[in-house]
Amino acid sequence: MSGYFEDIYTGTKSLGIGLGITIKAFFQPVVTLQYPYETIKMSARFRGHIELVGSEETGEPLCIVCGMCQKACPSGCITVAGEKPEGSKKKVLTHYILDFTKCSLCGQCVESCKPGAITFSKDYNLAGPRKEDYVFDLLKRLTERNS
Amino acid sequence: MNELPEVVRLLIFLVGIIGFAALNAAYLVWVERKGAAHIQRRIGPKEVGPFGLIQPLADGVKLMTKQLLVPAGVDPILFKVAPILLLVPAIMSFLVIPFSEDLVGRDINIGLLMIFAFASVNVFGVLIGGWGSNNKYAVISAARAVSQNVAYEIPMLLIVISIVMVSNTMNLNEIIRQQAGWFFNWNVCRIWVNPLMPIAFVVFFICSLAETNRAPFDLAEAESELIAGAYTEYSGMGFGVFFMGEYANIVIGCALTTILFLGGWQSPIPWSPAGLLGTLWGVSWFLVKMYFLIWTVVWIRWTYPRIQFYYLLNLSWKILIPFALINLILTAAMIKVF
Ligand code: SF4
Ligand code: SF4
Repeated sequence: MSGYFEDIYTGTKSLGIGLGITIKAFFQPVVTLQYPYETIKMSARFRGHIELVGSEETGEPLCIVCGMCQKACPSGCITVAGEKPEGSKKKVLTHYILDFTKCSLCGQCVESCKPGAITFSKDYNLAGPRKEDYVFDLLKRLTERNS
Repeated sequence: MNELPEVVRLLIFLVGIIGFAALNAAYLVWVERKGAAHIQRRIGPKEVGPFGLIQPLADGVKLMTKQLLVPAGVDPILFKVAPILLLVPAIMSFLVIPFSEDLVGRDINIGLLMIFAFASVNVFGVLIGGWGSNNKYAVISAARAVSQNVAYEIPMLLIVISIVMVSNTMNLNEIIRQQAGWFFNWNVCRIWVNPLMPIAFVVFFICSLAETNRAPFDLAEAESELIAGAYTEYSGMGFGVFFMGEYANIVIGCALTTILFLGGWQSPIPWSPAGLLGTLWGVSWFLVKMYFLIWTVVWIRWTYPRIQFYYLLNLSWKILIPFALINLILTAAMIKVF
């Protein structure tokens, strides 16, 4: 009998506290992000799929077509190709395909790139019905961004 | 309203009551979802119409266009009768509920008795639904619903008896009339009649939660353990009707609590306009109190987790019934002494 009224008292009190917590939450502003209509800016360290970096003046890709990223990628997502124009010493990037369906976002490609020609994009808004949509032509994306 | 022929009057009331029950069922779902969402700091329905206000209509259309499956092996008659058995008594109970002094379907002397008579049919609907579904989860859930109702009907009725002893009538309108005047004349505050009145109010409210199978007493539905309990096998509007019945029962429970404890259509101050305006005044107070209680029901649902079955029975047999009994004895003693 001794604990009986005490149980009722503590029980009722804790039930009251519970109701207090929920009513407080009820009047607090909502925190949901209205996703398809709203997106947030990702933090600086966010790793999306990789993206080519263009030079600041010309907008041309910094890539020297050394092929290190292609070699470093454990999943074999990257295909790079370039050609040497007549009379030039440097190779020019003609082809940079990222097969994002296989990418594990490990970051090895970015690390292995000496000129810093690739970085992580902040793009997380990726959803689609077809697998083919995720084979990105990064060179095309770069020119689109430049224009 | 009293000069109309009786038949016309009843017809109007029947249509009005069914409309009221349906509208309530539809919009209480909306209130519930909005309440749940804001308690969890979400937004809730918002796509269909402003603030998602047309959502119930969309849900209704969806439910109605779904096929009414009758699984093989069920008892076809019981299976189809069950939702109706839950809904009809709930709607019938509205007949005796006084929304205002002169806005009541039938001002009968045993209104309170009638509500409880119909309320016990409601558990029958759940039982038959569960049994007729021929599904082990549904049967377990139906058995739970029955034992829960048996456990909670007792304290509830004990409280009601003490109210009847205090008011000396079972006429709901008369019970409200006796609570006239300032708000401290409402039964919940009348501690000079019976010092346990506020506790009786709480006990009654808890019991009406349990009676309507609302959280934290929603063991009959228990969607996380028993899928959807007694309603597992129902689809489309069969399920919809079950839910309409459930929400109608919540409205009845809260209306009854308002009538018995919160002074029904009495305003908290002893003043009321005359004539038609007076009716509206009464109705508004009644609805304000009732919806406040209904909102509390929603609030409670999204605060407490579902309890285990033996907690539920312990609560009833160890706490609510003794308190209800003490309340009854004390009421009797106070009436005899004063
Ligand atoms: S992040 Fe890793 S898996 Fe993805 S492309 Fe770069 S190296 Fe390959
Ligand atoms: S490692 Fe860098 S520079 Fe070399 S091919 Fe890849 S992106 Fe171009």
